[in-house]
Amino acid sequence: MAEEVVEESAEVNSELPAENVIKNGPVAVLTQVEKTYQLDSVSVPVIKGVSILVRHACFTVLLGPSGSGKTTLLNMIGCIDKPDKGEIIVADTNVAELNDDQLSDFRAKNIGFIFQNFNLLPVLSAYENIEYPLLLAGASAKKRGTRVPRLLEAVGLSDRAKNLPGQLSGGQRQRVAIARALARKPKLVIADEPTANLDSQTGAAILSLMRRLVVRYEISFLFSTHDPEVIKAADDTIYLKDGLIQKIQRKGFGDGA
Amino acid sequence: MMMTFNLALRNLLRNRRRSLATLLGMAIGSTAILLFGGFKVNIGYEMQTTHIQKDGHLQIQHRDFYLYGSGNPTAYGIANYSKILAAIKEDDVLKDLVLVATPALQFGGIAGNYAASVSRTVIGHGYVAEDVNRMRRWNAFGLRSKAPLSAMEGSPPDSAVVGTGVARVLQLCDALEIDQCPKPEQQAKPEGEALPDDIAQLGMLEKPAASDVVGTAAPKIEVLVVNARGAPNVTSLQVIRAEDQGIKELDEVSMIMHLEKLQQLVYGRSAPKATSILLQLHHSEQIPLARARLAPILERFSADQPLTVLDFRELNPFFVQTMLMFDTIFGFVFLLIGSIVLFTVSNTMNTTVVERTVEIGTLRAIGLRRRGILNLFVVEGALLGLVGAILGAVLALVLSVVVNHSGMTWLPPASVAPLPFTVAIWGQNAMIFGTTIGLVIIATLSAWWPAYRAARLDVVEALRHV
Repeated sequence: MAEEVVEESAEVNSELPAENVIKNGPVAVLTQVEKTYQLDSVSVPVIKGVSILVRHACFTVLLGPSGSGKTTLLNMIGCIDKPDKGEIIVADTNVAELNDDQLSDFRAKNIGFIFQNFNLLPVLSAYENIEYPLLLAGASAKKRGTRVPRLLEAVGLSDRAKNLPGQLSGGQRQRVAIARALARKPKLVIADEPTANLDSQTGAAILSLMRRLVVRYEISFLFSTHDPEVIKAADDTIYLKDGLIQKIQRKGFGDGA
Repeated sequence: MMMTFNLALRNLLRNRRRSLATLLGMAIGSTAILLFGGFKVNIGYEMQTTHIQKDGHLQIQHRDFYLYGSGNPTAYGIANYSKILAAIKEDDVLKDLVLVATPALQFGGIAGNYAASVSRTVIGHGYVAEDVNRMRRWNAFGLRSKAPLSAMEGSPPDSAVVGTGVARVLQLCDALEIDQCPKPEQQAKPEGEALPDDIAQLGMLEKPAASDVVGTAAPKIEVLVVNARGAPNVTSLQVIRAEDQGIKELDEVSMIMHLEKLQQLVYGRSAPKATSILLQLHHSEQIPLARARLAPILERFSADQPLTVLDFRELNPFFVQTMLMFDTIFGFVFLLIGSIVLFTVSNTMNTTVVERTVEIGTLRAIGLRRRGILNLFVVEGALLGLVGAILGAVLALVLSVVVNHSGMTWLPPASVAPLPFTVAIWGQNAMIFGTTIGLVIIATLSAWWPAYRAARLDVVEALRHV
């Protein structure tokens, strides 16, 4: 694939020109977002006015040293944390306007999560873990019966449907987590270092799987990672340092190519 | 909801040892409550049965007899009582409800053993002896203890049964072969072998006692009563047995004689009266219906004698007070055990919430609302409560069978003979369901606060939890 790298100046932190990066409209837009944590009596600014957008059906990676604010940014885009200042629009919705229940429903519908430690529900089988978000949505038994086996097949775990997470390897668990994240066909999947707890071979397989799923389901993936293989696979790479955007690299348009 | 229930159930099975320990704690608590409750129920049955065997479910009396009759019972006699009895027996409803309907006459007098120069006041009753024994056979609760039958049935008309205290004071212990009846240090000299002339003359007005039927072994006493016209009257009675009344004060005044004999003594040739009409029903639940049916009958006979109906609870306030006391103790025991259950479940749920903090964060992240988290943990608490309480109920039922067949006995207050130690749980549906529901509510409430804390957890903080 021919790579077209769009490099921006880090000093601006401004929104990117839409005509360069947007094909189907951005899935997330952050404008001058700030976040400060209060540790005892000390205020620690973590995000200091960040403006970015996450493209539709793209593989976007957040890069930066520890403490640069990657996870905080992911949490805010994933609508499980709120900014002190600025605006976050996800799936055309200003999330600041949603109350807690509406945010829960919004996350359930639009955002999938993949965690470093997989975070599967240990009492549910692989099948049930994937089915759970559909149950939350009140999906019919027929719909669940169709969707879950397809997802299991997509992540290559059809024969492990009845296994509990404790009976699966790390890679298999992460595959289940990916399938769970995709269960409700979200617009965005947030993945916080999804390959960090996997060996390199398994990590590569997971990465390959996610790439294929981006194409298949046209979903945006937003990662934080230190894994060079993930960085190489990214469509867009956002460099973060001390709560500020250092640089954004975009390889063409993430249209599944 | 099924999803929440399913997840809650599996989470309980996840940490089986802890769940089992909590369930065991709850089950033991539930068992203790039910065993005590069963014991309390049995005491209630025993007391109720004793009262109903003796006094019946209902008594028809002169309106003022209950409050003022003890001073002069015969002044409150019911005239035409046999017509009232006939009306009751003819009533379409009452005839099926009433097991025994019988008159009774209360009196106060002096009993004397002139041979021993001793006497004492007595409060006695005249009964129809056959009816007394029919009443003593009442056992609607299926108790294992049986009331001894009265010796009055089939005895000569001048027979009497006295309390052991009366027999002791009248120095009849040897003649009546009463155990544990020590003689006083200064025995009265037997100088009164012959009756005083005036007493003897009064006694001669009565028909001679048929002492030959019983034989010479039955000791004789003289009983002095005030007749309906206010004059003293004396009769000679043979004491055929002494019966322990359980309570010393009652034991030292109690006397039972044949109704007909007593009526002759009190009313002479006048129309006989009764101070009470005792009605024993098949079941205690029939009291309201029987009362309602009695009202128009009494109305017919109340023209010149105001009549009323009292049930066994009104006649025996001590029974009501005792049951209230046991109810209070039961409530207190429930409260204590409920508190232990509350803290046990609360502790378990708190630990669970801490252990599953990351899981809570995950569930919230993937879209479960705060209410969903709250429901999940509350349902877990309720399930613990339900399973624990059911386990406790089963355990209590099994233990009750073991206890009831162990042959243990106990001597309750005011009882003359040891009773089988019984806990009545089987069939006490209100108690079993009440205890179960109560414990489920307590367990649910005790899970609520940890569940609320879990629901309020910050998603990011929860996901960071190590």
